[in-house]
Amino acid sequence: TPVFAEGYGLGREALPEEIQAWDVDIRPGGAGLPEGSGDVWTGEEVFADYCAVCHGDFAEGVDNWPVLAGGFDTLADKDPVKTVGSYWPHLSTVWDYVNRSMPFGGAQTLEPDEVYAIVAYILYSNDMVDDDFVLSDENFAEFEMYNEGGFIVDDRAETEYTIWRKEPCMENCKDSVEITMRASVVDVTPEETAEEEA
Amino acid sequence: MSDPTQTSRRAFLRGSAAALAGGAATAASAGTPDPLITEVQSWASGLGEGVDETPYGLPIEFESDVVRRNVPWLTADPISSINFTPIHALDGTITPQGCAFERHHSGAIELRKEDYRLMINGLVDTPLVFTYADLERFPRENHVYFCECAANTGMEWAGAQLNGVQFTHGMIHNMEYSGVSLRTLLEEAGLDAAGDLADKWVYVEGADASSNGRSIPMEKALDDVLVAFKANGEALRKEHGYPVRLVVPGWEGNMWVKWLRRIEVMDGPVESREETSKYTDVLADGTARKWTWVMDAKSVITSPSPQAPITHGAGPLVITGLAWSGHGKITRVDVSKDGGITWETARLGKAEEDSKALTRFYLDTEWNGEDWLLQARAMDETGYIQPTKDQLREVRGENSIYHNNCIQTWHITPDGEAENVEVS
Repeated sequence: TPVFAEGYGLGREALPEEIQAWDVDIRPGGAGLPEGSGDVWTGEEVFADYCAVCHGDFAEGVDNWPVLAGGFDTLADKDPVKTVGSYWPHLSTVWDYVNRSMPFGGAQTLEPDEVYAIVAYILYSNDMVDDDFVLSDENFAEFEMYNEGGFIVDDRAETEYTIWRKEPCMENCKDSVEITMRASVVDVTPEETAEEEA
Repeated sequence: MSDPTQTSRRAFLRGSAAALAGGAATAASAGTPDPLITEVQSWASGLGEGVDETPYGLPIEFESDVVRRNVPWLTADPISSINFTPIHALDGTITPQGCAFERHHSGAIELRKEDYRLMINGLVDTPLVFTYADLERFPRENHVYFCECAANTGMEWAGAQLNGVQFTHGMIHNMEYSGVSLRTLLEEAGLDAAGDLADKWVYVEGADASSNGRSIPMEKALDDVLVAFKANGEALRKEHGYPVRLVVPGWEGNMWVKWLRRIEVMDGPVESREETSKYTDVLADGTARKWTWVMDAKSVITSPSPQAPITHGAGPLVITGLAWSGHGKITRVDVSKDGGITWETARLGKAEEDSKALTRFYLDTEWNGEDWLLQARAMDETGYIQPTKDQLREVRGENSIYHNNCIQTWHITPDGEAENVEVS
């Protein structure tokens, strides 16, 4: 006999404990957050223990590892610096991503209060809060990110497709052609290939 | 045959064949018998390997060039990183799984079928848990689709940088997938609880540490998304999501969640890291596009190209490449030899091309040692024409990172070499 009235009757009902274990995503505004809190100073300690080796003592990034702080008002520059402070639109994403996927190589080892503290410290590193700031599930929704209004929904249909959906030129499409840039000048292709081809 | 230009072309061909004869391998030269024919070769006399030599074979050693390659400076480490499909050496449309590119955010994990679980929860009538064996009991579908990383060609936004089509265009593969439609699984859990489906989303995530969670609007989820467990006839490779991955036809590769473990029906997008910090496209004014899901029409000539130079001298030449569009079928590919001044229409590889899949094109032509500026330009069934890089930059600036579907130019020099260039 099928388990359900409709469908194939495959699978079984997920238990509340199972859903709780895996469904940990946090929505913009903070829906899904566990109870808890953490302050900047605790965050600095936890960050030093688990994060600073790659992200730097001040979340400024080590070597090629991601920079988490700074870069405000650089998004229209030749080389934008996209950090939690300068770019990320929602605080919920910071909490969610740190909680579920950091530290790199030791994900899902942080307690909720540690995650609150780390997020508070990242905000402090971005000069977005004072050093006595305490982040909790209760004040989470009030926090506004710097670049929250910086995103538009994909508008290619209007800005591109309408322009580029037309019969293309086949002959005498331009007067002349010059080479303006060469990859061999930049010379960043892996050597191995160049040797194999030689 | 009396055409004098034909005669002179043949004479020219013979001349260039003689010029190439400095190498050991030449098919024939006038009057001298070819020892590969006149002498009995070992393979024509002795024995080859038995059938139990290779239960699961690898390519012959002479094809060792046809491998995935990494560009170490692109990422901080090789775990959250990318490698590239050797498209310069492939033909047809199906990508061999063993050299199909990889992109991981916390490495390629090992997940046994016995340990695999898929959860569907959220706004469903009954939250469900499936085992791998459960999934194999649902009705199955087969489809061929390309998976292109949103960042494919991303290093080329500001100029010509990497000298090889594997590196400029190799974050792509094309496989025949077997699996269950996502719609079937969602309906098994029941969508009555979700109410009006028009404003609903699904959030999908993987079993790996990165999770790679992405939000997909319900309309797409119920359209053509597959929960796949076979690719090109066999189980998914570990690095491609074994035992189960999401296949999201036409949409950026990041959303093809590997090691898929959970699907949640929601009343809005999660706005996860992979759809805010990453896979958003900064425009010239500093605002950024989000939810740029579809991969637009694109093409590239795979041979000749920097890793596949012309080595046979003048005469007949096959120009070949790939075209694809996330909006549907490729209807036409044009090729230019003069940097876009004149174009000729290439031949598509199959009579009936797949939709949202790689399409092979050929231009059977002749090269007589000219300087060429080779380009290909794809057209899809919506009438969209693949733009130039300048056209893209005019709308977007240089810092989009993702979705660079510009026309690629290869400079062919008289010695047959090819270089990645930009042209005016």
